[in-house]
Amino acid sequence: MTDIDRRAFIRVTSSVAALGATIGFPSLALGATRRVVVVGGGVGGSTVAKYLRKLDSSIAVTLIETKPSYTACFMSNEVLSGERTLESLTFGYDGLRRHGVEVIQDTVVGIDPVKKTVRTAGGNNFDYDACVVSPGIGFKWETIEGYDKDVAAETVPHAWNAGPQTVLLRRQIEAMPEGGHVIIAAPPNPFKCPPGPYERASQIAMYCKHHKPRAKITILDPKDAFSKQGLYTEGWTKLYGYGTDNSMIDWIGAAGGGTVEGLDPDTLTLQAEIEDFQGDVINIIPPQKAGAIAFAADLVDGDWCPVEKRTFESQRHKDIYVLGDASSAAKMPKSAYAANSQAKVAAAAIVSRFQGLEPGDPTFVNTCYSVVGEDFGISVAAVYGLDTHTNTITPIPNSGGVSPSNASPEIRKREVSYAHSWFKNVINDMLE
Amino acid sequence: MNRENTMIKKVRNLIMAFVAMLPMAIMAAPSGQALSFTCAGCHGTDGSSVGPSMPAIAGMDPEVFVDAMKAYRDKQRNSTIMNRIAKAYSDEQFKAMAWFFASQRLYLQPQEYDMNLAKRGAKLHDKYCEKCHENGGRPGDAGTLAGQWMPYLEYTMDDFINGKRKWPRKMKRKVDAAIDEEGQDAVSTLIHYYGSQQ
Ligand SMILES: Cc1cc2nc3c(=O)[nH]c(=O)nc-3n(C[C@H](O)[C@H](O)[C@H](O)COP(=O)(O)OP(=O)(O)OC[C@H]3O[C@@H](n4cnc5c(N)ncnc54)[C@H](O)[C@@H]3O)c2cc1C
Ligand code: HEC
Ligand code: HEC
Repeated sequence: MTDIDRRAFIRVTSSVAALGATIGFPSLALGATRRVVVVGGGVGGSTVAKYLRKLDSSIAVTLIETKPSYTACFMSNEVLSGERTLESLTFGYDGLRRHGVEVIQDTVVGIDPVKKTVRTAGGNNFDYDACVVSPGIGFKWETIEGYDKDVAAETVPHAWNAGPQTVLLRRQIEAMPEGGHVIIAAPPNPFKCPPGPYERASQIAMYCKHHKPRAKITILDPKDAFSKQGLYTEGWTKLYGYGTDNSMIDWIGAAGGGTVEGLDPDTLTLQAEIEDFQGDVINIIPPQKAGAIAFAADLVDGDWCPVEKRTFESQRHKDIYVLGDASSAAKMPKSAYAANSQAKVAAAAIVSRFQGLEPGDPTFVNTCYSVVGEDFGISVAAVYGLDTHTNTITPIPNSGGVSPSNASPEIRKREVSYAHSWFKNVINDMLE
Repeated sequence: MNRENTMIKKVRNLIMAFVAMLPMAIMAAPSGQALSFTCAGCHGTDGSSVGPSMPAIAGMDPEVFVDAMKAYRDKQRNSTIMNRIAKAYSDEQFKAMAWFFASQRLYLQPQEYDMNLAKRGAKLHDKYCEKCHENGGRPGDAGTLAGQWMPYLEYTMDDFINGKRKWPRKMKRKVDAAIDEEGQDAVSTLIHYYGSQQ
């Protein structure tokens, strides 16, 4: 660094520090303690709680979550290959408590945007100055005849929220006879984790390759294309004989009749648009919508919650912010990285508003890693800004994209190791 | 030059100026902090990665940081994903993030290492690397080695040795000399030494 650079650096650092001092200036000094109530302790909710406290420790943050701990959906496909246990995906909230977040185990059943209170199933009311809602997804059960909550819990798991159904699906695959047939019914857009169903097929194939080499995995898809399709095709071709008569994985898109309309749980038969498919193990990933509380609190327009892209404040109710899978945040996908990134934008906006300042300009990142097989990792990455003309979240031109096709084995192997690092770092950034 | 030509030139300049402005003009301008927060999902909160391979970038020397980002953006440095990410930012934004990360404390995490290898590595480091990587390779103007995640250091050393990353001036000679002295596991002993600093 030249001397001039160094001087400039010091000058700017000290002005950054000065700015930090005003930003970090506790809003307490301006009046009563500000309260933020966070609904849902998943990726969006936990991250916003941590970053609110980090940006202004005078804010009282209460996080209300139904479950005693968080089980990550991301990397849960590795439970299906036997690479991981569900316990390795489960984390407590003590880290957030150490940041001074009050964590309460309860379920939010209503939000009153006028009185600014949140009501829980446990019968408690919580006042807020700002409320952040990050409840994840709900399922549109009515779209597949013969499929419902009970069938999912007992015989045909969706396993699209990590938990007992993930373990059930794993057991079914283990118990399946050699040469057995697994069918995955993928959902229509938009849904949580666009590359997820294809990563799932890959992880199941990774297990079968060693333990049931004659098994078949069929993906029935109501779409004609899917996320990272080129790279999945490359990986499946290299690892699982895709494209040959002996391919372990078969993908049937919309044009081939991949849209599933009904299920007969007794015979494990799916009724698809053109023909029926019978399997030994069936996994239906149903069409999706925002989590129940988004509907109860009147935050939706259609299936999802419209938000201001600068702040993630609801377009339907002031002082309520909606993050993650439940929000309409096109062109960002519904992913953990996206929810984590959105949470920081919302935290900064809330802190600015408490201090009577205009929220700054947002910036977002998304990445999804997928492990297609042993030593075969791929990724998609994007950096987004706010297009102020159209008020949409727009990828920065000429950046981002998917891993290169036909990359060296060394690069594919590194991406597996970085995928596992990403998991540890994003969990840490939410909860520690 | 005739009038028509001048006109064409003017119009062309105008178009070019417009094209150059386009992405910048419609995209809002986030702060250095806002930009830096987006990296945490991979590099850890404020750049202190919890591993096992993603490099920590907290406390990184700002000039090394900017050089690294430019090298990624210009495809001058082997990478799995940073080349795609770095292309989204301007030089000014690189600087803003460099300042942010330079002012963050690097929190080191324990890593598993082999004590005997680390001891041999310490001697090699003092002899061949300490001159540029001062204080056992703590964050400085030749980057961060001490406490850096060991798999990441393996990848980088592989890239240098296999010609996939440009050698810093005079470094190759020292690495070669270290290998000459200690044999093929020289690099591995050095990495265990850096990993031992926790
Ligand atoms: C198989 C699979 C693989 C995936 N892989 C990846 C990946 O590799 N990369 C990636 O980026 N993303 C991945 N994802 C997506 C990621 O899991 C989600 O996008 C992310 O969790 C969204 O965060 P969220 O905060 O919106 O919701 P969630 O993380 O689902 O959190 C919602 C929380 O709110 C709680 N809640 C809901 N309603 C209430 C209420 N009324 N009161 C109290 N609490 C409530 C829930 O119990 C839950 O804990 C994957 C998903 C799946 C299913
Ligand atoms: C998807 C994960 C991911 C995201 C997001 C990400 N990085 Fe990286 N970063 C990596 C990986 C992986 C490497 C190692 C090089 C490679 O393989 O691309 C790396 C390397 C680096 C390095 C080099 C470190 C060194 O010691 O030389 C810097 C600097 C860096 N990243 C900065 C950033 C910044 C700044 C951001 C946010 C704007 C960011 N990264 C976002 C994954 C990520
Ligand atoms: C003459 C000075 C010099 C010597 C001697 C030197 N290095 Fe370096 N090294 C550098 C500089 C400068 C950089 C950072 C520049 C860059 O990123 O290209 C660097 C970068 C590195 C990196 C990459 C760090 C990263 O974050 O990606 C590693 C690893 C490394 N050196 C190891 C060593 C080892 C081991 C030795 C001793 C055997 C050594 N160096 C000796 C100057 C030196």
